[in-house]
Amino acid sequence: MAEIEIKGVGKTFGAFTALHSIDLTIKDQEFVVLLGASGCGKTTLLRIIAGLDSPSKGEVWIGGRRVDTLPPRERGISMVFQNYAVFPHLTVFENIAFGLRMQKLPQAEVTRRVTRTAELMHIEALLKRYSGQLSGGQRQRVAVARALAMEPDVILMDEPLSNLDALLRLEMRAELKGVLAASKTTTIYVTHDQVEAMSLADRIAVMHGGDIIQAERPVEVYRNPAARFVGSFIGNPPMNFLPATAAGEGRWQVAGLTFEGPRVAAPQIEFAIRPEDLHPADHGFEAEVRVVEPLGPHTLITASVAGVVMRAVLDSTLALATGDHITLSPVADRIRWFDLATQKAIA
Amino acid sequence: MSETTVRRAGNRVFIAAVVLACVWVLLPIYLLLINALSAPAEVTGFPKRFWPSFDLASIRFFLGFKGVTSALWNSVQVAVLTMVMAIGAGAPAGYALARFDFPGKQAFRFMVVMTRAFPLPLLALPLAVLFIRVGLDDTVIGLAFVHTTLALPFAVLITYSLFSGIPYELEEAALTLGCNRVQAFLKVVLPLAAPGIAASAVFAFVVSWNEVFASAVLTIEHRTLTAFLLQSLDVSPLPLKFAGGAALVLPALGFIFAVRKYLFAMWGIANR
Repeated sequence: MAEIEIKGVGKTFGAFTALHSIDLTIKDQEFVVLLGASGCGKTTLLRIIAGLDSPSKGEVWIGGRRVDTLPPRERGISMVFQNYAVFPHLTVFENIAFGLRMQKLPQAEVTRRVTRTAELMHIEALLKRYSGQLSGGQRQRVAVARALAMEPDVILMDEPLSNLDALLRLEMRAELKGVLAASKTTTIYVTHDQVEAMSLADRIAVMHGGDIIQAERPVEVYRNPAARFVGSFIGNPPMNFLPATAAGEGRWQVAGLTFEGPRVAAPQIEFAIRPEDLHPADHGFEAEVRVVEPLGPHTLITASVAGVVMRAVLDSTLALATGDHITLSPVADRIRWFDLATQKAIA
Repeated sequence: MSETTVRRAGNRVFIAAVVLACVWVLLPIYLLLINALSAPAEVTGFPKRFWPSFDLASIRFFLGFKGVTSALWNSVQVAVLTMVMAIGAGAPAGYALARFDFPGKQAFRFMVVMTRAFPLPLLALPLAVLFIRVGLDDTVIGLAFVHTTLALPFAVLITYSLFSGIPYELEEAALTLGCNRVQAFLKVVLPLAAPGIAASAVFAFVVSWNEVFASAVLTIEHRTLTAFLLQSLDVSPLPLKFAGGAALVLPALGFIFAVRKYLFAMWGIANR
């Protein structure tokens, strides 16, 4: 059982604040992805949980034990590093056995665990090799096997797939998900790749500027972004935003159309819609097509609506060309509103 | 002139320069070897032979010369002590420079190199006086201290680049796998750095082995081989000089050649 509690954790490097005050509770066996652009503090947070960095303030609890003053080896964690960190002077077998030998487990148990995790990661044939004789993907497997062999309560992963080529990344992603689910560990996974985050996570914690903006199920994060940043960061292409001007009680003027919206006092807020929630219709936004990108299953168009660039994902059978005028209608229950000042979603 | 002729001329200049550099370095060594491996009569005679006669009389004479073996033994002792002390102090400094950010790091790196800026003759006399006062004069350990000072900057710089080349992630991985800092160093960093540390040790050995000035000033009875040969230069016969020269040059050359890859690393030329 390893629930992780992060209470008010902050980190400053000199004058630079990497983390403001992070509060996050991760349930036992949950798979949480820390998602954000580089420099958002996600790796710093992971390293603080691992014990490789110490927080400037706040507490970290793992499995009901306060661990922020303990060294990494006493926290019941193992970690997979971005560059794999496979020891070059040891064979694959000894790499996987490294932590077990530190625990002084009997040889039979070491062999049993190494063999089992090697089978799990499909590297049984490589046990006698050195890291220099392995491909990137194989090193990645060794790194994961080494972490799993420890049978830790918590596995921490720092962008483990970012150095693999696209095809291998896809394959490893699916495999990791299966292996980690079976291992019943709590997992914290850092990535800047939103597709990776969506596909792996039980819960995504979106980070930006040293804060967690939103921590919810992937679909929830996608459908109901808590802040403008989340909508613009997650989704490819990202959410479309249009300015909305107050037009009476709960009514908003958006690019010449009037919508039912939130009842707030602000003179201006923001209207947001995902590209796939725009459909050609008789009544809607007047759009002038700028770019047409056929992608196979659908066609991505970039269009200008009232001087603002918008993207729409349309059916690929539609015959469209640059300069065409179309009318795009937003799906009513998919419209989201954001406050201009706070950048937060308005319910 | 066409482009090819220019390039060919350039090539010729380059080859000539390489040949010149090789001759510059190799010719004295060649002459040294010829004479060291020839009979004493041949050394003083003329013309020289192209191949040495492999007569070991000169070497035997050299080894039998009074004071040579003890000087040789002193040289070895001082060099080994220098090696141990230079690595003992230099490797931790190199590790600290490679791994930690601390106030004054740049100044420290500069100071390390600065220790080589003072000419030894300037320091030798005050040192001799000081050594006499504390009773370190004419001792193997006293000379080893001076040689350590000379070898230390190189030890620090070589090990610094060595440790910098070992990813910190490896140590961190060891920390998450149950090691404390010392264990992580011993089990992961040390095995990876060992060949380079050995190279740096050899270099310290050679620095001490070749050093003559401090040895000549600070020792009287317990001369190292370099100081001994320098002292007896004007009174010793030619074969002895050649044999002594060879005895000094060959180990140094051999050692440096064996560890050249790591010495390049010190200047960041090699990428490991």
